[in-house]
Amino acid sequence: MSVSTSLATLSSQVATNQFGSDPFTIILNLIFYVIFIAFIFYGQRIQLYVMLREVEGSLYKLKYMKDEGRKVAVETIKEIGKPQAEPAERVDRFLEYFTISPQNIDPSGLVWKLEHILDVRDVRFKDEVKMMAPAADDTQTNNLENTLEAAMALNFIYKVIRHYYLLGKKTLSLYVIMQIQMVLPLIMKEAEAYASALKAFAYGQPIGDGAGALVAGKLMHGNETRKVPKDCVVATVSLEGRTAFVIKAEGPGGNVGKPGDAIKQIIEENEGKIATIIMIDAAAKLEGEDVGEVAEGVGAAIGGPGVDQFKIEESILKYHIPINAVIVKEDIGDAVSPLRKEIFDAIDKAIDRVKQVILERTKEGDKVIIAGIGNTIGIGQ
Amino acid sequence: MSEEKNSGRATRISSVVLLIIFLTLALALVALILAASMFVSEPVTAGLLAIMGLAGIALSAYVILQLRRRATRLSVVVPPIMTTVECKKCGTKTIREFQRGDYVFKELDQCQKCDDKMMITAIYREVKEKEKEQLRV
Repeated sequence: MSVSTSLATLSSQVATNQFGSDPFTIILNLIFYVIFIAFIFYGQRIQLYVMLREVEGSLYKLKYMKDEGRKVAVETIKEIGKPQAEPAERVDRFLEYFTISPQNIDPSGLVWKLEHILDVRDVRFKDEVKMMAPAADDTQTNNLENTLEAAMALNFIYKVIRHYYLLGKKTLSLYVIMQIQMVLPLIMKEAEAYASALKAFAYGQPIGDGAGALVAGKLMHGNETRKVPKDCVVATVSLEGRTAFVIKAEGPGGNVGKPGDAIKQIIEENEGKIATIIMIDAAAKLEGEDVGEVAEGVGAAIGGPGVDQFKIEESILKYHIPINAVIVKEDIGDAVSPLRKEIFDAIDKAIDRVKQVILERTKEGDKVIIAGIGNTIGIGQ
Repeated sequence: MSEEKNSGRATRISSVVLLIIFLTLALALVALILAASMFVSEPVTAGLLAIMGLAGIALSAYVILQLRRRATRLSVVVPPIMTTVECKKCGTKTIREFQRGDYVFKELDQCQKCDDKMMITAIYREVKEKEKEQLRV
């Protein structure tokens, strides 16, 4: 037997063993090998298309939310503001507004520059809303501003995701699309929170972020209040034998005020003779923690761009005033959507904790500042 | 008009996916019919074909259900918001649906029992027990 004959016999035997004898098994084996080889050469490409498809699905959802945000904003402006002209064009322009943060090559004085930029932004937004909705009162103007900001956030999220999606499609780079696909669940969670916040802002319903403001509101209710800069109110309340200056943003319109300025003013008015400051705010909870859990610590409990935190820290450092914090835990979704019952029930627990801190950390006759931080939408005083 | 078009696009199901589903479904049905006809003469092959057919039908149904879920999920759900109105003097408490203009500490009309002013003491939304259970570890 020649070498070529034995090789042919061997290969036919291998083929018979590999592919089987009946046509059904041969077809199945062939399909298996084709898929196997395709995955070796095009595995990454297939993975890329799967990821692109996933991002595309989320992009459709984001587009729906963005359009819904715009629709709610336009409808609310028409309903409340009674504009003479169609507000849609102005709303579209508003949704594209941007803010450029100050240069930080030389960090000295950065906080004041940032504060100035944010003030300019705030004034500009308020003017725009007033022009869009001339018949709206101050409370409604604030609520409309919040509604537009939620719509703006949705518009921005949609555009960023669309950018990476199209870039990934254009370059067919797995790494471009992978980075957006990996953070997509968190981004979608945030977008869904903003989408559910739209109606809350439009109707002026209290949101989870207002937990601190609600604590302050409950403490100051029934007492005389006066305005303090900026957009805040303070009430002098007798609490556990101490004099408490309770501060919150002025409600019930959507407003966070500038608690940094308010606290500074109260400290200066009392020449620094403040026994302690207690700040109450809503804070991000970790997965597994219960919504409405109350925790206690030290430091300035305030979010945002950091200007108010900086001001508070400067003021307390000048007079060496101790600062305590009480937080109500919730996730990002709860913070911007209508107040959950669990968070509402946690308000009384937070008040008890504040009283406990006062009793433990101060003496009778002392003066304390209690600042309820957060958006006071739907919460009066 | 354009918004309707957009929301339509957002909830659409890809025609390619639909075609694949219907092809799978058709093949599964053919397999089931063959299984029925071969049941007496070749029971082993008939069994295999029946398994394939049933698996095909199950897979198609699952994909259709998933696509439907995706389509219906595209809506912003507004949960019911409740307002608690209370009379501080006699303690009368009523819970009603939120109305535009409501805010916590807002004074309302007089109490029907004691003529003192009623006040909004709470505005909140209740999360369904089912949702909570799903999240609990």
